[in-house]
Amino acid sequence: MLPVLALMMQADSTRLVSLAQVDLAIIAIYFVAVLGIGFYLKRYTKTGEDFFLAGREMTAWVAGLSFLAANLGSLELMGWAASAYQYGILATHWYWIGAIPAMLFLGIVMMPFYYISKTHSVPGYLKLRFGEPARALSAITFGVMTVLMSGINMYSMALVMKVVLGWDINFSIWVSSLTVAVYVVLGGLLSAIFNEVLQFVLIWAGALLISIIGLIETGGWGGMVERIARNFPGQDYTHLWSTLGSFQDNPMGIHWVGIVLGLGWVISFGYWTTDFLVVQRVLTAKDLRAAKMAPIIGAGFKMMVPFIVILPGLLGLAVLPTRLMGEAAAVANGGHSYNEVLPLMLARYCGPGLLGLGITALIAGFMSGMAGNVSAFSTVWTYDIYRPLMRKQALDAHYVAVGRWCTILGVLVSIGTAYLVMQFLSIMDYVQALFSFFIAPLFGTVLLGMLWSRATPAGGFWGLLAGTVSSIGMWLWVKLDPGALQYVALSSSAKDMAENMYRALWSWIVCVAVTVVVSMMTRPKPASELTGLVYGHTELPSEGDLPLYQRPIFWTVVVGVIFVVLNVIFW
Amino acid sequence: MHRPGMVSIWFFIGNLLLIYGILILAAGVYGLYSPAEKSVVLSELHADIWWGALLFILGGIYSVRFSPKGTKSGK
Repeated sequence: MLPVLALMMQADSTRLVSLAQVDLAIIAIYFVAVLGIGFYLKRYTKTGEDFFLAGREMTAWVAGLSFLAANLGSLELMGWAASAYQYGILATHWYWIGAIPAMLFLGIVMMPFYYISKTHSVPGYLKLRFGEPARALSAITFGVMTVLMSGINMYSMALVMKVVLGWDINFSIWVSSLTVAVYVVLGGLLSAIFNEVLQFVLIWAGALLISIIGLIETGGWGGMVERIARNFPGQDYTHLWSTLGSFQDNPMGIHWVGIVLGLGWVISFGYWTTDFLVVQRVLTAKDLRAAKMAPIIGAGFKMMVPFIVILPGLLGLAVLPTRLMGEAAAVANGGHSYNEVLPLMLARYCGPGLLGLGITALIAGFMSGMAGNVSAFSTVWTYDIYRPLMRKQALDAHYVAVGRWCTILGVLVSIGTAYLVMQFLSIMDYVQALFSFFIAPLFGTVLLGMLWSRATPAGGFWGLLAGTVSSIGMWLWVKLDPGALQYVALSSSAKDMAENMYRALWSWIVCVAVTVVVSMMTRPKPASELTGLVYGHTELPSEGDLPLYQRPIFWTVVVGVIFVVLNVIFW
Repeated sequence: MHRPGMVSIWFFIGNLLLIYGILILAAGVYGLYSPAEKSVVLSELHADIWWGALLFILGGIYSVRFSPKGTKSGK
């Protein structure tokens, strides 16, 4: 056996599953394929437009699938399957109300401004709309958030691989992240997007079977619900909305107001419409219609993701013979944690070959998320920090070289963060808070920038700063005085997730209020400088000559109707 | 993508699914004649055989449909 395989397969009596030769072959072929794509695409990545925006030549389908795959981070599959086991079908809110309206809004309302302004990034849009200070603030906070999240996800994934497969933690971190670094350095965003589409297909091919066989075992949805009710009497795990009337009635400790306004409005719209990690994929579309269709296609597939993520968690509640528990309890009692539900289901149904495909799906999820992080980091660092603040005039080839080095730097900093987390595990508890610090206020700034022509550069900058500082302030307030939770989250019964949602909502309100007040006190930009950036000052191309089935608004309505019907069915 | 000569992403995906289909199908057929000591739940469904066959067929269709010889576009 090769030394590298020996390291990978280091004996560990606690691992959940054992891989056969065919499984290892499937995983090895996957690594060869993603690296091969990187080497192949290097020849097509010569200019800055190629490296950072994939030449702006992507079809709606490729941009849409890549938009969704970049969000399928390292723990997306296992983390939300675990949440489904812990909280039941409530976890689906993060896929439906927590994503679909925002994705459709991005496609129909916001994408025209991002696309017509020809910006290369979200901070780049802020530069055009509000000036350099707003761009610098959002670029720096995005850069910090991205590498931190990337490192934390990397460590979490390596930890899961150790528990599930017995793989050495250093091996998982270095091999997976260096593979991502190689293919992104070679082919830039073009390579990242090609691989993300490939990874998206593999994730479905590897994970779908668990749900299919699980439903056969339980005798369909009805049989599954019956078994869950029998296994967990008195608890409702299979209704989306009917238990959200009060904080105490559901296992998540959340109220429907928090779900609708905190998750469905601020967090969801903030992430899907302003987080450059996902928006960058849509900016690569070949024309405006493709740019509008990409998030709509992404939304259509996003609605189906619970079938491979949430359903396995629910099936785990129905069929697993042992009760899963929290991480700390699992370590103390020697049992299995919630996070292991997907690998446990994989091991339950998948023999040699299928097991390798399932593990490849998990690795693909990690790599697509990480490639999203490093390619977005590289673009923002090069175009929004290095070029305006360090070297304004240079050849295009110079910025491409900087982008390649930034990719390596981003991966190395992420690896460093992963090892930092290994030493200080409590960092993991704070990661979710990062999102409410930076993304929720940014959504307020971008939204006002696009829809309100009276918003001024000073208003945009101070609103963004005030929203970010207020969010960090609320987080510190609750940390220092837990009693403050009843003010921030409106209930002392609120759990961490609920607290994050309410904090995001407040910080968005602070951002919008400060932006409005400061804007009314300062001089607006002349209308001539708002062309292509703001609603009412931008001429949007007519789609009247297109047949109905080719119009983005038609597909928005179709996806919207399916979204409503699904929520009613699982009410 | 509209670059002359660039191979479509769907061709790469088709190739990979084709190879995976062959491997999983072969593992399933091998399992029929040499069953594993510890079988999985519902192993009698032979999911590896029909899932492998499905991947093989899909991979084959995509490999042919988006073959560099059959298309000039990398859409």
